[in-house]
Amino acid sequence: MARKTTKITTQRKPAPARVRRTLVLAATRKGAWLFHGDSTRKKWRVDGPHFLGHTISHLVLDPRDQRTLLAAAKTGHLGPTVFRSTDMGKTWKEAAQPPAFAKVPEGEKGRSVDHTFWLTPAHVNEPNVWYAGTSPQGLFRSEDGGVTWAPFSIINDDPQYREWMGTVQDGTPDGPKLHSIIVDPRDPKHLYFGMSGGGVHESLDGGHTWRVMIKGMDVVEGFGLDPLNPTCHDPHCLRMAPSNPDRIYQQNHCGIYRIDRPSDTWVRIGKSMPKKVGDVGFPLVVHPRDDNTAWVFPMDGSGVWPRVSPDGKPAVYVTKNGGKTWQRQDAGMPKSQGWWTVKRQCMTSDTRDPVGLYFGTTSGELWMSRDEGRKWACIARNLPEIYAVEAAVV
Amino acid sequence: MKVLIPDALRSYTESSRAVAQGATLAELLMDLNGQYPGIRFRMIDEQDRVRRHIRIFVNGEQVNALSQPLQPTDDVVIVQALSGG
Repeated sequence: MARKTTKITTQRKPAPARVRRTLVLAATRKGAWLFHGDSTRKKWRVDGPHFLGHTISHLVLDPRDQRTLLAAAKTGHLGPTVFRSTDMGKTWKEAAQPPAFAKVPEGEKGRSVDHTFWLTPAHVNEPNVWYAGTSPQGLFRSEDGGVTWAPFSIINDDPQYREWMGTVQDGTPDGPKLHSIIVDPRDPKHLYFGMSGGGVHESLDGGHTWRVMIKGMDVVEGFGLDPLNPTCHDPHCLRMAPSNPDRIYQQNHCGIYRIDRPSDTWVRIGKSMPKKVGDVGFPLVVHPRDDNTAWVFPMDGSGVWPRVSPDGKPAVYVTKNGGKTWQRQDAGMPKSQGWWTVKRQCMTSDTRDPVGLYFGTTSGELWMSRDEGRKWACIARNLPEIYAVEAAVV
Repeated sequence: MKVLIPDALRSYTESSRAVAQGATLAELLMDLNGQYPGIRFRMIDEQDRVRRHIRIFVNGEQVNALSQPLQPTDDVVIVQALSGG
């Protein structure tokens, strides 16, 4: 479906009107932590744990009011919920109605949300509206800042979508996930999401109808998988370029891709990654002001898929030309025996100049770069396994 | 009637014991939820199934159906598994 190509013009440098500080939100398998940076991003004050013992899949600050935090939570044995704070985490209140599938008639087998996995604040003109993606895959919407949630659009119960979602056995080890809910900053009705597994999907009418967007995406070879079937596709992470909403990058189970709308075909830009490293991974970050610059964190996807840094040598790779070439950025990281990796929600950037980059590891370390990836430093150790990292300039 | 609350849910009740009313288990859980908003969904999913690691006993007998009738003198015990790592 063709859309008019519009490039958003942004200032190269943010206005220096007041001291701006970076807040980094770390969601982990055992709770959440807030890291308050000073103006130089060299000193960090830690605030946490919040919800000690809860698995926090995502912790997000509302960029529209800069004070509402939503945390997607569950414990090992209790049902899922969402917590909400309007005072930067000093106090939390549980959602009155967390994301939950519609109850089915007696005798039918309905689905239940295992955990809310992904939280996306909606369009700037829709204050208090949020979207949530769950495991098993479901799409939900709140119109009151996360207090109450309702199933959104047709996909949760549509027979075709249910088939594409597959069963719990078809998903990732800790459950199939609906993720990467993206709202076009030019149009609140223009939405994207990804499903692991189940492909990439787009709506132009506020979720009333959806179209599949998998053309050009590879499938795992050797299993007879059908590239035309969304079930066979596993997008790990989608990111829209903030400076150009017509450009979307994708880290997929089968490589790194880019699409420039109105084209409907993904281009595998990961083929230009070094062969020894490959282009498998989970997270992806796009520069806030340069749509040609993006970062990935490659992962070992060989053999039995160890899902660790290739060869025990962690590194970020950056492209500055939309994926034509990639450069390794590992200054400050372990040169050997570094067997951690970074999950799909665990790498992000701030909007400062130079851009700060942040990632959290499966071994509970929080790393950052103040210079767009040239040098890296570990700013926190000994946290639980990190599930998500978000950054905000406040 | 008296309801014994497991540790994991005491962030809601702030006590190991609660008092709630209802002619059925479903009504009792709704009454509990009215007093402690959110507590029901942590135990019962949206299809009205008792969650995997939750067990509910009435007078020492495990019950699975929310339609289970209750008497005002019944003792209700909610148990939560502690498996995991």
